[in-house]
Amino acid sequence: MTDDAVKPPAPFERGLTPCPDCAEREVLIYPRFERLWHWSQAGSIVVLMFTGLGMNGVHGLISFELAVRLHTIVALALLLLWVFATFWLVTTGSWKVFLPRVLGLFAVARYYAYGVFKGEHHPYQKSLAQRLNPLQAMAYSALKTVVFPLVWGTGLVYLTYNFWETLPNAPFLLEVVANIHLAVAYIVSGFVILHIYLLTIGHSFRDGVRPMITGTEKVALTPEQEAYLERHETWRLVD
Amino acid sequence: MGGYGLRAVALALGLGLVWAFGAAAQGQAPQLSQSTTDHSKLKELQKDFASGPEVTAACLSCHTEAATQVKHSIHWKWEFENPSTGQILGKSHVVNSFCGTVASNEARCTSCHTGYGWTDMSAPPPSEATAVDCLVCHDTSGQYTKLDSAAGHPPLEAKGKTITGADAWAVDLKKAAQSVGAPGRENCGSCHFYGGGGDNVKHGDLSSALFHPGLDVDVHMSAEGENFTCSTCHHSDRHIFAGSRYDVHAMDPEGTGKPGQIRQDVATCESCHGTAPHKALSVTGMKLNDHVDRIACQTCHIPSFARGGVATKTGWDWSTAGRMDADGKPAHEENYVQGDGKALHTYLATKGDFEWGENVVPHYAWFNGQVEYTLTDKVIDPTQVVEINRIEGSPDDGRSRIWPFKRMEGRQAYDAGLNHLAYANVWGPTTDTAYWTNFDWAKAIEAGMAAAGKDYSGQYGFVDTHMYWPITHMVAPASDAVDCRECHAPQGRMAGITGVYLPGSNPTSPGALIGIAFFLAMASGVLLHTVLRIITRGGKGGKTHD
Repeated sequence: MTDDAVKPPAPFERGLTPCPDCAEREVLIYPRFERLWHWSQAGSIVVLMFTGLGMNGVHGLISFELAVRLHTIVALALLLLWVFATFWLVTTGSWKVFLPRVLGLFAVARYYAYGVFKGEHHPYQKSLAQRLNPLQAMAYSALKTVVFPLVWGTGLVYLTYNFWETLPNAPFLLEVVANIHLAVAYIVSGFVILHIYLLTIGHSFRDGVRPMITGTEKVALTPEQEAYLERHETWRLVD
Repeated sequence: MGGYGLRAVALALGLGLVWAFGAAAQGQAPQLSQSTTDHSKLKELQKDFASGPEVTAACLSCHTEAATQVKHSIHWKWEFENPSTGQILGKSHVVNSFCGTVASNEARCTSCHTGYGWTDMSAPPPSEATAVDCLVCHDTSGQYTKLDSAAGHPPLEAKGKTITGADAWAVDLKKAAQSVGAPGRENCGSCHFYGGGGDNVKHGDLSSALFHPGLDVDVHMSAEGENFTCSTCHHSDRHIFAGSRYDVHAMDPEGTGKPGQIRQDVATCESCHGTAPHKALSVTGMKLNDHVDRIACQTCHIPSFARGGVATKTGWDWSTAGRMDADGKPAHEENYVQGDGKALHTYLATKGDFEWGENVVPHYAWFNGQVEYTLTDKVIDPTQVVEINRIEGSPDDGRSRIWPFKRMEGRQAYDAGLNHLAYANVWGPTTDTAYWTNFDWAKAIEAGMAAAGKDYSGQYGFVDTHMYWPITHMVAPASDAVDCRECHAPQGRMAGITGVYLPGSNPTSPGALIGIAFFLAMASGVLLHTVLRIITRGGKGGKTHD
């Protein structure tokens, strides 16, 4: 893909304008690992939220001991998954979809703040290389660079208390760490609510969830992309 | 199948061998005595003894250093100089919130002295070597005892009461002398289970329930468990025992000591169980091991004290004593029935009102092993609850842990002029000063103060007191240990304890509130958006996407 360096992507590639000669095709764009990652992460977050709320005294539906055990094991497993996912993102170059971008951001923001109430169509057209709209990319990059690191960072510091408990004021520091962990965890829950809610905007909730199960979604393909897939990666084309 | 069959044959062979050896050993070898001496064969003990000291003289004819060793112990001296605070403590000096003080009540209190004839607290115990009572600790015949008011002497006729409150019998001193052995729980228990004037009155975790406890009452002392005697943990060296309430080993980072060695100089849990006693390869075990530097083992493993059917006295109000019934006789009430069915006094004209408790959830406090006693020369503030023994410790001193205590709530006499805790002469059947005989506080306190050699203003009053007893016996099975949630919850067992972060104790901590605010903002944004979508779509005549 040396072309990338010479030729900037066309406006439609960035979802700014509808692609004039593109065909909408159902294409595999979420590989198996990405789907596994997504659902493991989703399941883990649910377990972590439930056990976390239990430990924090919000509910008593689970014993404290079991809550601690599950929370610790699931958190460590999720961290391991994140190590793999990060490796995958870097080696496959897929990390680029999460790069925040300004172009088209306003159009998407305007749609959610206004257009959606007018019955307008979503202004972003997914392409083969960019399945996230600018607002999604910005939200995910914030999540991955600020929110998640804060959660697992404080979580690890919290978990390894016994290695630093001899520091002066350790009990107070632990309380600070625990409070940050808690605050950010609630923010993650807010993200989850938003994430699920946004699936209701568009065709239907089921259509929103389906791609993350089957891996395929309708995206705009240029004739060249279509020809390439038809010839070399037919397995990615569903219809 | 073949491997299974082979294993079964091997197992059968092995079992057969074990059985054969066992049968042979039983058939041939006579029952070997653990000791190298059968005391019933000693000529020194083939005689009828007329008194306790006569038995002691016989013991000392072989065990020449025994009396000297005993005389260096707190069991004998009833005196303990606290190495950290310099306070002179021990039964002969401290005031408690039960019967108060020994001075002026000697022959009653010294009935549990490990000696004979200590009748004056202002002097040391009798100096004769034969004044040491060997039998109270070493009798294994089970029929040696001491009278409850004879300064340590045993009953030689069936008259009076024993130190456990039973009707006295004539003790067979010869039989007792010939039975001697290592102290069993009956020996220690006959005094220590009855401290404060009755079964479990004082400690809360030391009662007659420990003579034959179920596994649920005490895993160490139960026959279904380890079947320990007291001295399994309270190891002794030269008649001095490990484990003191006056100088507690509140934290023991040493653990079991070097491999192959058994630490016998301490009575801590860690000296056997080590400093990381929970399963190291499980999340729960690791987390529990994280607790041991801040939480005493006892805090989780003794979920409540006074278990096994014997209640402990939790409150004693001396100020209400002296009430007579309609016939002018000392009043009494028995309004508490403990677990084993025995009715207990809740009021006695001689002693006032009592409160009792069973399966009592302890009071918790940071404890570094030191206690500062309010001795009788200390000025107290009678408008406040006086702490008879202040528990020392803090989360920051590096040697404190959170310990369980029995908190005894008392109301007892004090010198209202000098603001000192008071001595009172309560026992004395033949005196005209003893409160239990004459029901006159003025005389009783004056006599008590005089006996102790203390200044007395002549005015007295009653002051509320708290006295703390570290709880360390009646360790429950691990399955009965305090559940995490008992502490990790709002208003849990650790409510009021500072200096530790306790997850789960405050669901509305600052971090939680900030997080909840963010969450609510996001959730209400979603809600608002939903409502707007519904309204605007309705306005547009139900126009939908695609």
